[in-house]
Amino acid sequence: MIDFLSAHAELIITLIKIALLMFIVLTVNAYLTWFERKVVAHMQSRWGPHRVGPHGLMQPLADGLKFLFKEDAMPAGVDKFVYLLAPLLALALALTSIGVIPFGPEPIRLLGHNIWLYIANPSIGLLVLFAITALGVYGVALAGWSSNSKYPLLGGLRSSAQMISYELSLTLSVVGVLLMANSFNLTEIINAQSHPAWGIGILGWNIFSGPFPQILGFFCFYIAAIAETNRVPFDLPEAESELVAGFHTEYSSFKFAMFFIAEYTSMITVSCLCTILFFGGWLSPFPQSWTFTYYLPSLLLVPTALWIIWDGIRYETIWGKLVLPVIGGGLLLVGIALAIPQLQFVNVFIQGPFWLLGKILVFLFVYVWLRGTLPRFRYDQLMAFGWKLLLPVSIANVVLTSFFVLWRSNP
Amino acid sequence: MTAELLVFFLLAALSVAGAVSLIFQKHPIHSALSLIVVMVALAGLYLLMGAEFVAAVQIIVYGGAIMVLFVFVIMLLNAGLEEHTSESKLAGFPGILLALALMGFVATTLARSAGSFVSSATDGGKIVANLSSTRQLSTMIFKDFVYPFELTSFLILIAILGAIVLAQRES
Repeated sequence: MIDFLSAHAELIITLIKIALLMFIVLTVNAYLTWFERKVVAHMQSRWGPHRVGPHGLMQPLADGLKFLFKEDAMPAGVDKFVYLLAPLLALALALTSIGVIPFGPEPIRLLGHNIWLYIANPSIGLLVLFAITALGVYGVALAGWSSNSKYPLLGGLRSSAQMISYELSLTLSVVGVLLMANSFNLTEIINAQSHPAWGIGILGWNIFSGPFPQILGFFCFYIAAIAETNRVPFDLPEAESELVAGFHTEYSSFKFAMFFIAEYTSMITVSCLCTILFFGGWLSPFPQSWTFTYYLPSLLLVPTALWIIWDGIRYETIWGKLVLPVIGGGLLLVGIALAIPQLQFVNVFIQGPFWLLGKILVFLFVYVWLRGTLPRFRYDQLMAFGWKLLLPVSIANVVLTSFFVLWRSNP
Repeated sequence: MTAELLVFFLLAALSVAGAVSLIFQKHPIHSALSLIVVMVALAGLYLLMGAEFVAAVQIIVYGGAIMVLFVFVIMLLNAGLEEHTSESKLAGFPGILLALALMGFVATTLARSAGSFVSSATDGGKIVANLSSTRQLSTMIFKDFVYPFELTSFLILIAILGAIVLAQRES
């Protein structure tokens, strides 16, 4: 048994990492729905979910249970194989793409093994992600076609057309970053951003750093990525006022949940990519000499924890009065522990993931913010915007960036 | 080596099964799906040979872009089940025979020249050995073979323009 374990240690570590990542991603997915509903609700002067658990914190669990126990209806005349394949494909591809995202610069050393914070680190990481995105269209298109119903078919057609159109801009907009980093590997792309001007971290990020700041590239990428994930204002495939619910109209119960999870997972992937490609990944925005910024995680955690405890004491229900202070107390302990000198190695290790996750959270918030603010595009506007504005701008970005990169290398 | 061989045979079987299913499926969408399986299995085979870039591009271009277009057109036209005409014996028997002959011819040619691709110092050997890394591949395309490459892209551009002209004439 021991022999077997040590012989296949790498394989076993990878399997455990996959299981752990799946668990984390699915939990984050669930709480992303809570986050979205809360933020949109407050933008619209509502409360959002607040009945199930304190501040509606158990709402995702209730939703999950509801998805599992709803009747799983299959309409008559569907193409059974393709109908069942579509949600599986969508979910599997969305979850696969998370596997190549690196979450931190340093490995965890455990029992003589280096446990890196990624599942795979292929030299063509970015291309792998684009390959998975390219296949992601099928989930939506096939769901629309196989449902044997006119609204899903229209939704599937729209989505295919939209994804084909915006994939071009999506791919072209990162060419600038590739030219500056000289690599397809996500870790190397981040490391290429770690040589900032005047030592100020934020100036090394691709969006601000020379030879040509990738501001245009970033905006093209983010807009195209929102369109690829079918989110507001590009959510025409599921425009409820025109198409009921678009491609997933005929899906119920957990098959619907699979599309839902796939959509939220790709939102997370896109936020990771934005962070890694344009905003320096796990690099801190401050100068490297400012070592006191290492206390930032505790500095953020302690006030948040105190506020949660204070809020919990005043909460209306007994349940909230009990649970919220416990959560707050836990966070308070973590925050204080990170400031203890004996535990500095943990604090130093946590810096990379801290910045990466913080930036990802900002992009997820922007997703929700856009949903709370913008109306939906009309279909012809969508196509005109993609082909007549986004594509030329991203091509111009490629030309300008390659010019400046060449100019810098031999002036 | 054995694990590699196992993966190779799995992928090879998958691609052959996809190709056979492509022909025998009744519905165009199912055929298109089978073709996607073939494309992805081929990408896996490229990956097995160490050609990462080619594998990724195979999925992006063939598995993604081109096949999405196929599926899109089939969905747009709402094509139904294929109608089978009365099968002609003339096309059936000699067709199978000719296909087998062609396959045998290609297989023997490949088998005879096996090894010479990698071991010999000819241009062919260089190409196969250099396909592995993205950097080497792009150096080859944009330095050694830049004129053929540009000519090919020019040809594709002309074909696109031709397609637009033809489509305009119809309407």
